[in-house]
Amino acid sequence: MDLALAPETLARWQFGITTVYHFLFVPLTISLAALVAILQTAWVRTEKEKYLKATKFWGKLFLINIAMGVVTGIVQEFQFGMNWSDYSRFVGDIFGAPLAFEALIAFFFESTFIGLWIFGWDKLPKKIHLACIWMVSIGTVLSAYFILAANSWMQHPVGYRINKETGRAELTDFWHVLTQNTALAQVFHTLTAAVLTGGAFMVGIASYHLLRKKHIPVMRTSLRLGLVAVVIGGLLTAISGDTLAKVMFKQQPMKMAAAEALWDGENSAPFSVFAYGDVDKGHNKVAIEVPGLLSFLADSTFDSFVPGINDVNKSEQEKYGPGDYRPNIPVAYWGFRWMIGFGMASFAIGAVGLWLTRRKFLLPPALRTGEDERPHLVPFHKPLSPRLTRLYWLTAIWTLGFPLIANSWGWIFTEMGRQPWVVYGVLRTRDAVSPGVSQGEVITSMVVFTLLYAVLAVIEVRLLVKYVKAGPPELTEADLNPPTKIGGDDNTADRPMAFSY
Amino acid sequence: MQLHDVWFVLIAVLWTGYFFLEGFDFGVGVLTKLLARDRTEKRVLINTIGPVWDGNEVWLLTAGGATFAAFPEWYATLFSGFYLPLLLILVCLIIRGVAFEYRHKRPEDKWQTNWEHAIFWTSLIPAFMWGVAFANITRGVKIDADMEYVGSLFDLLNPYALLGGLVTLTLFTFHGAVFTSLKTVGDIRDRSRALATRLGVVTAVLALGFLIWTQLSRGDRWSLIAMIVAVVALLGALGCNLAGREGWSFALSGVTIAAAVAMLFLTLFPNVMPSSLNDAWNLTVTNASSSPYTLKIMTWCAGVATPVVLLYQGWTYWVFRKRIGTQHIADAH
Repeated sequence: MDLALAPETLARWQFGITTVYHFLFVPLTISLAALVAILQTAWVRTEKEKYLKATKFWGKLFLINIAMGVVTGIVQEFQFGMNWSDYSRFVGDIFGAPLAFEALIAFFFESTFIGLWIFGWDKLPKKIHLACIWMVSIGTVLSAYFILAANSWMQHPVGYRINKETGRAELTDFWHVLTQNTALAQVFHTLTAAVLTGGAFMVGIASYHLLRKKHIPVMRTSLRLGLVAVVIGGLLTAISGDTLAKVMFKQQPMKMAAAEALWDGENSAPFSVFAYGDVDKGHNKVAIEVPGLLSFLADSTFDSFVPGINDVNKSEQEKYGPGDYRPNIPVAYWGFRWMIGFGMASFAIGAVGLWLTRRKFLLPPALRTGEDERPHLVPFHKPLSPRLTRLYWLTAIWTLGFPLIANSWGWIFTEMGRQPWVVYGVLRTRDAVSPGVSQGEVITSMVVFTLLYAVLAVIEVRLLVKYVKAGPPELTEADLNPPTKIGGDDNTADRPMAFSY
Repeated sequence: MQLHDVWFVLIAVLWTGYFFLEGFDFGVGVLTKLLARDRTEKRVLINTIGPVWDGNEVWLLTAGGATFAAFPEWYATLFSGFYLPLLLILVCLIIRGVAFEYRHKRPEDKWQTNWEHAIFWTSLIPAFMWGVAFANITRGVKIDADMEYVGSLFDLLNPYALLGGLVTLTLFTFHGAVFTSLKTVGDIRDRSRALATRLGVVTAVLALGFLIWTQLSRGDRWSLIAMIVAVVALLGALGCNLAGREGWSFALSGVTIAAAVAMLFLTLFPNVMPSSLNDAWNLTVTNASSSPYTLKIMTWCAGVATPVVLLYQGWTYWVFRKRIGTQHIADAH
């Protein structure tokens, strides 16, 4: 059969499209839930109106976003069975459990408390209402944990045995699946990257308003919160990325060799800055490298041996039989670079911003600004020129998309870098597809999902833009006087709902 | 009773929870066209389920995840076999979720009207499709020796399954109308009760036909008992609705759903997905299930988590216990 339309290829494209799309919303949901919860906590503690306005503003954007995350997540729960039935049969004993846990523990949590939070402004006392958004936040983190533990098992299967009788993988140690270092490193990396993503989102949108000198008190606060999230998130993403890379060098040397286009193993292996190669012949034509750095990243010493693509391919052939065990090298190589490049660019822009907008530290007193003033951007002793100031705000706006690009490439890299395996060393991707599903069916569903997702993307982005431009809402009497009784106060029984669909 | 039997029961419980809860919110979605006279009334309806529909839908995800974990072969055969119907359901659920969240986010009439159409159709279609799917599961479909579905889409659209679809559609709509009369005030509440009576009669006729068909072709003593419970509860729900006992009526329409699901699962056991080609190729609780170790872990998790879930989901209904009417709908945001 034509390879481009082979069931495996189609099913992989569909999984790639639906999953990358789903994951545009996931990190934003994780981080915005927490950031909104922080803002609302500030409102409850200080009763400063700017915090409530900020909570409502970011809360609205959060809800527009999470709606998409939730509905695209439904597909994820079922497409293993639809397109990957042989995978499901083979690994269900292990892979199903974290998925079921995710639904039972995390999804119920998220979806129930999000409903309470959305509709609860005039039904719940202030502190209980606040607790709801924190519950949502906990739910998002638990959800990430379970699904990443499941994915980590595909990257590095542990705690199982193959049942010779049924030919299926069976769980022997669930605790090991949940706590293996791959899972912990992936969770750490994904959550920190999510913080970076939400921070950049906040910084970008706050910068949009600050550039126009609109809604200054709310956006000033948001900007600082966003910048702190970007810097902390960015730093931790780099650290967790390094941890994860060290794990991967041990568990999936092929993926990391591909990430570096390191064809032949070396002592004191270099880190590749740019490479252009010939995949068929297995070497690079052009390569710009930093000597020794890769060895350091892999093993913390500058002279340790890092195996290359050709070495690993050979050893896998000896282990698993003849075949090509190389992933798509250019995708792995460039995916790895786009991930790091875009992620760290947003971190750098955030770090610069955090310094430029500092409030007191090493800032001449004359340049300090009040609550209603846009912060000066001060590199040392003098503010930036108007042109440079404008340039920074514009850059900060554009940066909000960077982590989204980085996240997507991160997943494309780690999933495509594992090929030809779906479960590393255990099950090949081509053996995982549904044998009973026809080409026509897969094409139908792929076309349907792609079109639907494209339309929804347009609708969603336009809604976001509308609500971003509108800025924070004016507060009403009801907002400032939350109920004291669960279910709402009796004297307000005939008042319109604070929020209604 | 072995662990895979326990999980057979638990899967039935999860589907019961799903049909009980999302059943009425599908019904409410359908009623936006059958009952509401204008946009404000549509919004009253939508807002009765506003805070809860998302949590209701998670029962489906949990049923799916639990089937994957406890009966991987069932999960694999079912969802790869019923590929296109499932695709249709997924598309509806995607659009439906977005429709609830986005409908009110723009003031334009066209925007809101489009999403209102979406809410109606994406509630109606899954309400029908789930009946088709479950009727086919209990009836048996073409499954080969490798546990693969080998039938076509049209094999799934047989008369028995289509009748099953009509039953779930009308039953959910009835359930939704009873729910509406329980959760609203004013004119809409009275009209909802009147409509519930008519819907209840249609449901009773269709359900009786479907359940008797099921009983005659596959039933035993136990399924007969479940069937009697379902029919009596449905008639009781109708009677209570007529008598203006809205709470009782809702509880009994819920019992109808639970008993009907129980009946289908009773006729299924010990199979989970029988083959219409050869009895030896049936997927059963034994050949489709996970290892005892996995089932044990899952049992612990479900045993601890489910009561907690019921507790906080129940609390949500209590928080939003007040009835709503047109006066509670704000003009715009």
